Amino acid sequence: MAEFLHQFPPRREDIHSHGEHEHHDLGFWRTYIFSTDHKIIGIQYGFTALCFILFGFFLMLLMRWQIAHPGAPVPFIGLLLEKVLGPVMAGNGAISPDLYNSFGAMHGTIMIFLGVVPLAFAAFGNYVVPLMIGAPDMAFPRVNMASYQAYVLGGIVMVVSFFIPGGAAQAGWTSYSPLATSIPTHGQAFWLIGMVLLITSSLLGAVNFIATIVQLRAPGMTWMRLPFFVWAQFVTAFLLLLAFPPLEAAGIMQLMDNLAHTSFFLPTGLAIGGHLAHVSGGGSPLLWQHLFWFLGHPEVYVLILPAMGIVCEILANNTRKPIWGYKSLVYSVLAIGFLSFIVWAHHMYLTGMGTRIATFFQATTMLISIPSVIILTCLLISLWGGSIRFNTPMLFALGFLPMFGIGGLTGLPLGLAPADIYLHDTYYVIAHFHYVVAPGTIFALFAGIYYWFPKMTGRMMNEFWGRAHFWGSFVFMNVVFMPMFAQGMEGMLRRMADGGVNYSAARVPGALATLPNTIMEMHTWILWGAMALGLAQIPFIINLFWSIRHGEEVNSDNPWHSTTLEWQTPTPPPHGNFARPPRIYRGPYEYSVSGHDTDFTPQNEPEAPMTAPKISPAPAVH
Amino acid sequence: MEIPYVVQPRPDTGIYNAKVGIWLFLASEVMLFGALFSAYVLLRVGAVPGEWPHGWLNVTLGTINTLVLALSAITTLLAWVACKTRQFAKFKFFHACTLLLALTFLCIKGYEYHDKWIHYEIQLIDGRIADGHMRENNPKADYVVIEGRYVTDEKDLYDLRAQKDLKTGEIKIPRSLIKEMENYGPWHNTYLALYFTLTGLHALHILGGSIVIGYLWGPGRRLWKTDPEHFTNRVEVSGLFWHFVDLVWIFLFPVLYLM
Repeated sequence: MAEFLHQFPPRREDIHSHGEHEHHDLGFWRTYIFSTDHKIIGIQYGFTALCFILFGFFLMLLMRWQIAHPGAPVPFIGLLLEKVLGPVMAGNGAISPDLYNSFGAMHGTIMIFLGVVPLAFAAFGNYVVPLMIGAPDMAFPRVNMASYQAYVLGGIVMVVSFFIPGGAAQAGWTSYSPLATSIPTHGQAFWLIGMVLLITSSLLGAVNFIATIVQLRAPGMTWMRLPFFVWAQFVTAFLLLLAFPPLEAAGIMQLMDNLAHTSFFLPTGLAIGGHLAHVSGGGSPLLWQHLFWFLGHPEVYVLILPAMGIVCEILANNTRKPIWGYKSLVYSVLAIGFLSFIVWAHHMYLTGMGTRIATFFQATTMLISIPSVIILTCLLISLWGGSIRFNTPMLFALGFLPMFGIGGLTGLPLGLAPADIYLHDTYYVIAHFHYVVAPGTIFALFAGIYYWFPKMTGRMMNEFWGRAHFWGSFVFMNVVFMPMFAQGMEGMLRRMADGGVNYSAARVPGALATLPNTIMEMHTWILWGAMALGLAQIPFIINLFWSIRHGEEVNSDNPWHSTTLEWQTPTPPPHGNFARPPRIYRGPYEYSVSGHDTDFTPQNEPEAPMTAPKISPAPAVH
Repeated sequence: MEIPYVVQPRPDTGIYNAKVGIWLFLASEVMLFGALFSAYVLLRVGAVPGEWPHGWLNVTLGTINTLVLALSAITTLLAWVACKTRQFAKFKFFHACTLLLALTFLCIKGYEYHDKWIHYEIQLIDGRIADGHMRENNPKADYVVIEGRYVTDEKDLYDLRAQKDLKTGEIKIPRSLIKEMENYGPWHNTYLALYFTLTGLHALHILGGSIVIGYLWGPGRRLWKTDPEHFTNRVEVSGLFWHFVDLVWIFLFPVLYLM
């Protein structure tokens, strides 16, 4: 142990010999399945979430097939669908409207609650945040494990619901009442139970993250020395902590509506299928929407803030200069966190909640775009004058900027009621939020995977295939989503199981116009684009698994020459993370500081240049 | 490296980890119950005027339960003080009191639920409504017996505060005269839906808190021998949760029983 202190960061061989002392042999189950180590839990979250994202992607491919070729049997797997889900749902291998609806609901649910949030918040947060703040682990390791287990359980409930009679939930990921209660299958009950488990998981995670960031920062890691990624996760955790419980309350009430036949969200005089429903009535469908979007809108920022954090780290590292406007970034992210709680009803302009309320929410919606634009501007200006290294993580991070820009700017018309009333139920909205989440957030997540992979495994991912993955994804993401703007502006409606063919073909007497053929043909482009996008992910999947064992070994613990603390640990970090308690002397982005030998100064490097190998243990804080 | 500030407070924040955790958890609980209370407000404001039930619950039992929980808040606090002053026997006594009070609360709550469960509103073919507690409901018999009264208008059932001296008696009703029969479950109307959901969720919290307190009183007390400071922290954290649960009841009682 004593000689270990003299060499910091230690050489790789030291870790291995050291690791055998410290690392008690816990066996396979305690090490990999019921682990309480934040790094293992992060990897568990990441792997599970990536599987769910792939699953959600396949659901999307099936839906795109159905939209482009309504009623035609799905090639290759159509018969499998019929066998597994039954002839009612997928007769002759074609997707029935009911099945389309449940695919739509589950695509949204899986991508958001089981894919992107667990990957962006839980996986990266778990792995990186404790390392970045110089902590040995999360504040509550066993709570952390429980959080992952609740997540897996919720995921299992969601997936199982596909195979129950009647299939999975069909009322959209928003589950509006009374539709969600009047569908006579049990998919919705499964969805709600799954959601309660997922909310429990994110609650445990959020408590843990905030407590960790507040309590376990290493000595000298003041708030304004936190890397921006940690700030982003901190605000995200607060959003999850405070915005999710109202949805849990709403979920409990809808579960009561579905199982105990209460009428929380069912109005008096509700007719289902032409008959007066046998319910006590007196409920309010608007109440569901308010409670849902009270989560739903902060959730958007839960999706985007960690992505911004990742992009910020990678930009600073690869431009080799400090982030421009660190304080503006921090205050903006705090402002977003606060404002995101008072914009929710801009999803509800069409509900007839009244123009006065709409005015309030239009104003707050325009307000929240200000800090978002500040963040994007800071990131853009950070590029100015940098000597940029174009590696795979940087390409994805750079790709994030225009893609998120498109997604964000196209959201402005939706924030204003007059424009929203026309656009609301069209493909324009689909294009808008997918630009934010798919080429936006998911690009940032890819960037993060390529960036932190060397820390997790000690090996680099293949650069050539990384670039192939980037360019393929970049091109085909746009092929998929760009036409949807045009479709939406022409008035093509969302949520239609036949892609709007009957809408187009309906020659209703007196109807003003049908959709032009060029708009309908875009369905075919999108289908091909989506399939090509799928193919473009194959290099990534192979690269990810192949590089774990066969990737190029890193030549040091800090292959990207980064300043932040996670790179000042052994690779991969052992249990307890740091060889000795780190002490922090400087801000997170001291790149290219003049007067230094290297173009980066790690946060734990003392002020005075070290001449003698005199390292005293960090003094205890008081 | 070991995780710091598990027992001792961090100097600059002044608290130990678990205390940060429980306060955050309680913040999220505030949002959970806050959403449910908002639902209550919205549904009550939107209800048809004059059709919101009043006086359906037993205020005496509700008051007793309020006092029971208030007393349990005191005993939890005393248990923590006993730990702080290192008087373990006292701790055991006060925590046992808390457990017994929690059990009392749940029993009274259970009795109240049962009372609503066997309370039926029976609509007859002739337009009258029989309302009261079920005494005999044998599916094989062609009649039911309730302890209650007849009303001609459903509106007469809503405000029981105004009707001080209700005359009830045993009523035997042939099944052939019954149009519809429904007990006072959550499905009966919005008020009961809110009542069962809100108090049910609260009762689950009482149950969860009792399990934690029971654990600390029982198997969890081993920690006292090795690390009394850590054990005291656990008592404090569970006490904070318990006080929150009590506080929720302080809101539930007037909202559901009195207003």
